[in-house]
Amino acid sequence: MQEQFGRDRCFNTPLTEQGIAGFANGLASYGMTAVAEIQFADYIFPAFDQIVNESAKFRYRSGNQFDVGGLTFRTPYGGGIAGGHYHSQSPEAYFTQTPGLKVVIPRNPEQAKGLLLAAIRDPNPVIFFEPKRLYRASVGEVPAGDYQIELGKAQVVKQGRDITVLAWGAQMEIVEKACERAEKEGISCEIIDLRTLAPWDVDTVAKSVTKTGRLLINHEAPLTGGFAGEIAATIQQECFLSLESPISRVCGLDTPYPLIHEKEYMPDELKTFEAIKASVAF
Amino acid sequence: MSNAPLTNETVHRVSFLDKASLHIPILRILQADGTTYENAVLPVIDKTLAEKIFDTCVFTRVLDERMLGAQRQGRISFYMTCTGEEASIVGSTAALDKDDVILAQYREHASLRYRGFSTEQFMNQMFSNEKDLGKGRQMPIHYGSRELNYQTISSPLATQIPQATGVAYGMKLQGKRNVAICYFGEGAASEGDFHAGLNMAAVLKAPVIFFCRNNGYAISTPTEEQFAGNGIASRGVGYGMHTIRVDGNDMLAVLAATQQARAHAIEHNAPVLIEAMTYRLGAHSSSDDPSGYRSKEEEAKWQQHDPVKRFKLWMINKGWMQRS
Ligand SMILES: Cc1ncc(C[n+]2csc(CCOP(=O)(O)OP(=O)(O)O)c2C)c(N)n1
Ligand SMILES: [Mg+2]
Repeated sequence: MQEQFGRDRCFNTPLTEQGIAGFANGLASYGMTAVAEIQFADYIFPAFDQIVNESAKFRYRSGNQFDVGGLTFRTPYGGGIAGGHYHSQSPEAYFTQTPGLKVVIPRNPEQAKGLLLAAIRDPNPVIFFEPKRLYRASVGEVPAGDYQIELGKAQVVKQGRDITVLAWGAQMEIVEKACERAEKEGISCEIIDLRTLAPWDVDTVAKSVTKTGRLLINHEAPLTGGFAGEIAATIQQECFLSLESPISRVCGLDTPYPLIHEKEYMPDELKTFEAIKASVAF
Repeated sequence: MSNAPLTNETVHRVSFLDKASLHIPILRILQADGTTYENAVLPVIDKTLAEKIFDTCVFTRVLDERMLGAQRQGRISFYMTCTGEEASIVGSTAALDKDDVILAQYREHASLRYRGFSTEQFMNQMFSNEKDLGKGRQMPIHYGSRELNYQTISSPLATQIPQATGVAYGMKLQGKRNVAICYFGEGAASEGDFHAGLNMAAVLKAPVIFFCRNNGYAISTPTEEQFAGNGIASRGVGYGMHTIRVDGNDMLAVLAATQQARAHAIEHNAPVLIEAMTYRLGAHSSSDDPSGYRSKEEEAKWQQHDPVKRFKLWMINKGWMQRS
């Protein structure tokens, strides 16, 4: 990229996340398109103030005189790489509670390209979390041309009748495997990739749950305060009379992300499979 | 070569540097009686500019008095004055081009006035009415004006510092011959964003002027409890940028330093740090009472160094103003 676009446009910075975020805010406020990279989502916290108090509120506080719409943060998140508690966290819910930010998480390379281009061109600041365990593991065709995937739209990746299973990012693979197991036991699963967490696509999820009567949400971040809680609250409001069982959450454990017990921590295929069965048998 | 030191000089016994190792003089051009020092090199200034500077100062004084009064009467919720710091603020803004972007802390409304913000616009903001450019979303004094290239004030301290670096870098990428100027207090300079912003500006070569108003206090915290080093200026040298300390109550010194800082920033695509030594004559804000943390004597001493009076004497000496 540096060769193609020059050192002025593609460059290393000093090691300061708050500086990177502050600089990117300033650059974007001057009308530039800025893509700022934070090496790991675990290290986004020094930049938290610049993102939450500045990026998110730049337009609001100025009465739309200034904005940082051209800004996108890219950062790898999540576990499964034996990285322990400082190379594995999934901090998306800290950001979904901040109006003014969009939060996007792709599930595979083809989705990543379309969503990233949409994020960069979106007239609002976007945090783009990249599932880091897929960097090495994931292989998939990526169309060559320019294409965008609309932000704020979930995708039904598989139709089903008995239960809606919702996830995003690297957990999509996990829930797909769990659903394959369930199918073998005669349970028909509808699988949805949320893709954008803020703003999230209530309609697509509610429509699916109205049809299936059941919802399971899976995320890697710890259960308490995780984004699944928000989805569950909204869906019980939207779909109360259609629900056949309590909304189920299969999430990370409420503990610092472990190193040696990573497998126990993870909301894996089997935990998800068991929860699907329990929901259907309720 | 990577990691090459600036000098290859070596020593063979332990000797430490201390804060006095860096000799930082204070630029002063105007004397108390309104005459200039004999060998002083004056800034570029004519009668029109001097009058504009002076009018801005007078307006700001009156605005500050009246609006503090309005706050006391319960007409507005909050106010902050810049009394005593007018030379730092107006003298620096007067050195800029109108397309240079200002990123201020909050005590720099005199800059906005200098650029033409109308009395009505000030009122619209403070009264959060429907004509407020900020749509009534922020507390009084959090001004912003796209038209006047004055970015909207943000309460969290020092956040505008790395942002100014980003703005200036954008100017460089777009081939503009402009600078960003970033105002902040000596208290805000303790925040991480200060260090991040200055280091990035120096490394990435951004044409930005960092303008520190060292006014002695961060609310009730005096500078002795804020830093132990050689002021804020020493840090600029540490980050590898041109740095100057000026008498912040000396309009001509501030103007001269900022004019040259601007020329340097544009010529070399490089940041400059200016530390203006001044004093916050008023309370921190309408919510503060300084009598709990500083003496009347100290305040009285600084009253003697009124920057607007000093500049007025100079204008009178020049024959640009009648004695009144
Ligand atoms: C991050 C942050 N911490 C604390 C505050 C509260 N606060 C507002 S102004 C101020 C003092 C700042 O002092 P200084 O930077 O010296 O500026 P001055 O008021 O002297 O102009 C403080 C602590 C804040 N606005 N932001
Ligand atoms: Mg101060």
